[in-house]
Amino acid sequence: MSAIEPVKRRSPNIPVSAGLAMRVAIISAIAMALFSVIFFRLWYLQVLSGEQYVHQANVNRVRDLPIPAPRGQLLDREGKPIVSSRTTNAVQIVPSALPPAGAPRRALYRKLGRLLGLSAAQIQAIVVRERSAVPYAPVTIKTDAGPGVLTVLGERQDEYPGVVQQPVSIRSYPFGQMAAQVIGHVDQVSEPELKMRAFRGVKAGTIVGQEGLEYYYDRYLRGKPGVRRVEVNAEGLPIPARLAPTAPSAGRSVKLSLDLALQKEAEKALLEGEERARASGKPAPAGAFVAMDPRNGQVLAIGSQPSFDPNKFAKPLTPSEYKRLIGTGSAAGPLTNRAVNGAYPTGSTFKPITAMAALEGGVITPGEGLGAGACIHVGAQEFCNAGHADFGAVGLVQALKVSSDTYFFEVGERANAAGSVIQRKARELGIGRPTGIDLPSEFAGVLPDKRWRERENKLELACERRRHVANCGIVLEPTGVWTVGNNMHLAVGQGELLTDPLQMAVAYSTLANALSGGGTGAVVTPHLGMEIDESTGAELQSLSYPAARHVHLNYSDLSLVMEGIHQAASQPGGTSAEVWAGWNQAAHPVYGKTGTAQHTGREDQSWYLCYIGDPKRPIVLAVTVEEGGFGAETAAPIARLMASRWFGVKGKFVAGSSKTF
Amino acid sequence: MPLSPIRPAEEAPPPPPRALSLPFDPLLMLAVLALGACSVITLGAGASDPASGTPPSYYSSRQTVYLAVGLVLMLGLSRLDYGLLRRYKNALYVALLVSIVAVLGLGHAARGSQRAINFPLFSFQASELGKVLLILALSALVVDRARQLRDRDTTIRVIIAALVPAIFVIAQPDLGSGLVYMVIACMLLFIAGASWRHLAALAALVAVSGAFVLVAAPAAGIHVLKPYQVQRLTAFLHPSSNPQKEGYQQQESKIAIGSGQKTGRGLNSNQTSNGFVPESHTDFIFAAVGERYGFVGAGLVLLLYGLLISRALRVLVMAKDLFGSLIAAGVAAMLMFQVFVNVGMTIGIMPITGVTLPLMSYGGSSVITTMLAVGLLQSIYVRARATAALKGRVPRF
Repeated sequence: MSAIEPVKRRSPNIPVSAGLAMRVAIISAIAMALFSVIFFRLWYLQVLSGEQYVHQANVNRVRDLPIPAPRGQLLDREGKPIVSSRTTNAVQIVPSALPPAGAPRRALYRKLGRLLGLSAAQIQAIVVRERSAVPYAPVTIKTDAGPGVLTVLGERQDEYPGVVQQPVSIRSYPFGQMAAQVIGHVDQVSEPELKMRAFRGVKAGTIVGQEGLEYYYDRYLRGKPGVRRVEVNAEGLPIPARLAPTAPSAGRSVKLSLDLALQKEAEKALLEGEERARASGKPAPAGAFVAMDPRNGQVLAIGSQPSFDPNKFAKPLTPSEYKRLIGTGSAAGPLTNRAVNGAYPTGSTFKPITAMAALEGGVITPGEGLGAGACIHVGAQEFCNAGHADFGAVGLVQALKVSSDTYFFEVGERANAAGSVIQRKARELGIGRPTGIDLPSEFAGVLPDKRWRERENKLELACERRRHVANCGIVLEPTGVWTVGNNMHLAVGQGELLTDPLQMAVAYSTLANALSGGGTGAVVTPHLGMEIDESTGAELQSLSYPAARHVHLNYSDLSLVMEGIHQAASQPGGTSAEVWAGWNQAAHPVYGKTGTAQHTGREDQSWYLCYIGDPKRPIVLAVTVEEGGFGAETAAPIARLMASRWFGVKGKFVAGSSKTF
Repeated sequence: MPLSPIRPAEEAPPPPPRALSLPFDPLLMLAVLALGACSVITLGAGASDPASGTPPSYYSSRQTVYLAVGLVLMLGLSRLDYGLLRRYKNALYVALLVSIVAVLGLGHAARGSQRAINFPLFSFQASELGKVLLILALSALVVDRARQLRDRDTTIRVIIAALVPAIFVIAQPDLGSGLVYMVIACMLLFIAGASWRHLAALAALVAVSGAFVLVAAPAAGIHVLKPYQVQRLTAFLHPSSNPQKEGYQQQESKIAIGSGQKTGRGLNSNQTSNGFVPESHTDFIFAAVGERYGFVGAGLVLLLYGLLISRALRVLVMAKDLFGSLIAAGVAAMLMFQVFVNVGMTIGIMPITGVTLPLMSYGGSSVITTMLAVGLLQSIYVRARATAALKGRVPRF
């Protein structure tokens, strides 16, 4: 009994030495401490900072792929689509499903290239470019692949790993070259564009308008892309998703003031005019037209030749194609919208403006006979009528009717003595300043005067100093000064004057408005956009382009000027009277002026400007054909064809024989 | 009644009803089974990258087989008298060295390091099994020198006996297992009662050699460790300095665990199931637990490890002889080191050393090694209870 006692009294059962107990206790304490550290760390990570890590995990996890929004349509004034989108089959590459980089992938590219008519390098380039723009999204290699290609791809899917067919929506321009510069085109938003204000909020890879109306109204047209949220793994490969997509909202449609029938007719007439000019030995490489409702500035038709097919921009352009579109040297290419960006002297179509200015400025009186003889002389310089015609000393109306240059040279000479009389009035009427049309770019114009010349001289000298060249090309003789000769040339729409058909149309509209307004007329803001429609067609918002300002002209003076250009278009001997032969002047009086702008070393530029009165559908037409000969010969007949369509009468190309500038 | 202080064994009173008469420690068994279940569940839920082409069921089903095999081995080992193993200490030690060297010679390289020998159905990672072999051999060595435990000679012999296989293992390179070997050796010395001075000297030596290997030698152009190992070891100290490389794994692991919050992300777990955390089925399985099951799940797993380790320490204390105590100490050291280093690595407070999480990490060698170690604990437990019963003591759990 006694031998067992100590064992029993000793703590329970184990023969543990005190040293071992202490060491085990130390180990246990260390274990407890480490466990505590881990628990606190876990608590810190999961409970205290959990939110932040959830966010980081989600950033890892989800990639947003845009679902392109259907782009809005451009409609003509009656709602007929001019530009829309169509669905087509695209051959796409899903990068994550491609064979491994290197030989197998190159072989696939070569094989696919043979099928699509592309080189392996081209396919590679497209894939690299698109992947950097929109990672994770399938890359479109070719749209509108023929049915043969699609059949091959469909039947031999296993031979083309990573290549799929997918219906995609692409921009379609059914009328091809018609008004191409005005409509513009679309393309993927570029890196610099993403930084621009106009494209704020646009995601990389979105298709946006690049030129013309597509650009100007892009924020309405582009809609809002939807988002497909794709869950990806660590390598960025998509995995089957459980995330609901956000549907895109379609772009709005923009209803334009363009009249499709008139536009088509005008394009055709311009081509016909150019054709005829060429037949008579003129190069006639280019031209432009504007048709506008003078009352409100709605552009009914606008175009520029040569043109291009915007559908071409659906595919990448080769450098040589692009160069051809841009134009080489001084000759602007098809991309240039000559109606708003042409920089032209106008020839005699400027004379009504000169006349109005001189009358308002008190430089001449209407009845005064001026411009006797074939030429007038100022200093050593000689200023002559075209073909040295002698109209005798004529009054204002007659001078406009026959387009007497000597008359207007004298007006220019007198006006110069009185300061910038012509320039001020021309500016007021709309020349030499931006019109405010709803297009991304327009030419501001040059309305030369003394101050302008001094400024140009200064710019030229500064440029020569800066660039250390003999001449920058701004002014040939920077030491020269403004002379009376410069003003005399301006008076007949020549010299340093530079404007475009649109500004001229605005100026004639102003005269027309003042005529019907008893002397007060609106200087309209020309525009193409009329209203923004929902994609369903319901009107959402009408666009308002109020008149830029109003002019107050002396009504009796204005009546005489208008009488002059009405006679020019209707009375025997008028410069464009032959062109309008058989036209119902009673119903639709034509107030028209021919113009022939002279260019050194080139054929003359044919111009015609007219206002055709009508209580319901008045119209202002501006037509020009570069190197097209005399105004009456080429431009005026084109205007008549347009007018015929507008008023629903049978059109006929009647070339006039007037050989005046 | 004559004085008879010791009752014969056959007359021993029946154990009290609260103590279940099982041939193993039920709490230890519970911890092992529960951890195995946690592993299979986590693996089956997809602690791997589906894009890698391996379905989660591949890992979970194979892990189930490993666990079952391990369980059988554990139960078998628990029937064996661990004391017999002392006789084969030399054979065990030779087996340890031969298998490790064989791996260097015959092994196939997995992820750039030679750690395993491929057999038809499985690949055998010698360094894992080596942990158990080393525990047995070192324990036997210490017991043989039981009378000179405080001698410097003993300390040096034990350290060298561990250092030789550790160096070979580190050369594979498997730094994690090498460190485990050294930790086991230190733990045995500590429990066996080595003098404090020796222990302090050892600690100083570790500090100096650590500094030398990580800082001084690379600066002098000598690379004891491979550069990636040094970077992994030190990356956790500055996690954001290079998030794309060494810090990446740990950063993503922290995101995974942190995003689990209190109750886990369940099916939304993407960090560990979409490959953001590499090796989320093996070394980083704790990240998968933390993300999928949150603080609750991770805490449960940690508690189970707490139970496992506390039982190991308990077996250490109750063992009937020094050999048993030392084996239990070695197993406890192995488990503690692996759990703390592995979990610490996933939560960003320990370097990445390639240490598996016992029973949780996918892999046959690791699972079976751990099961064998637990089998030894069971054997020690069973024999301790039997002895205590023989002596008339009622052992507590």
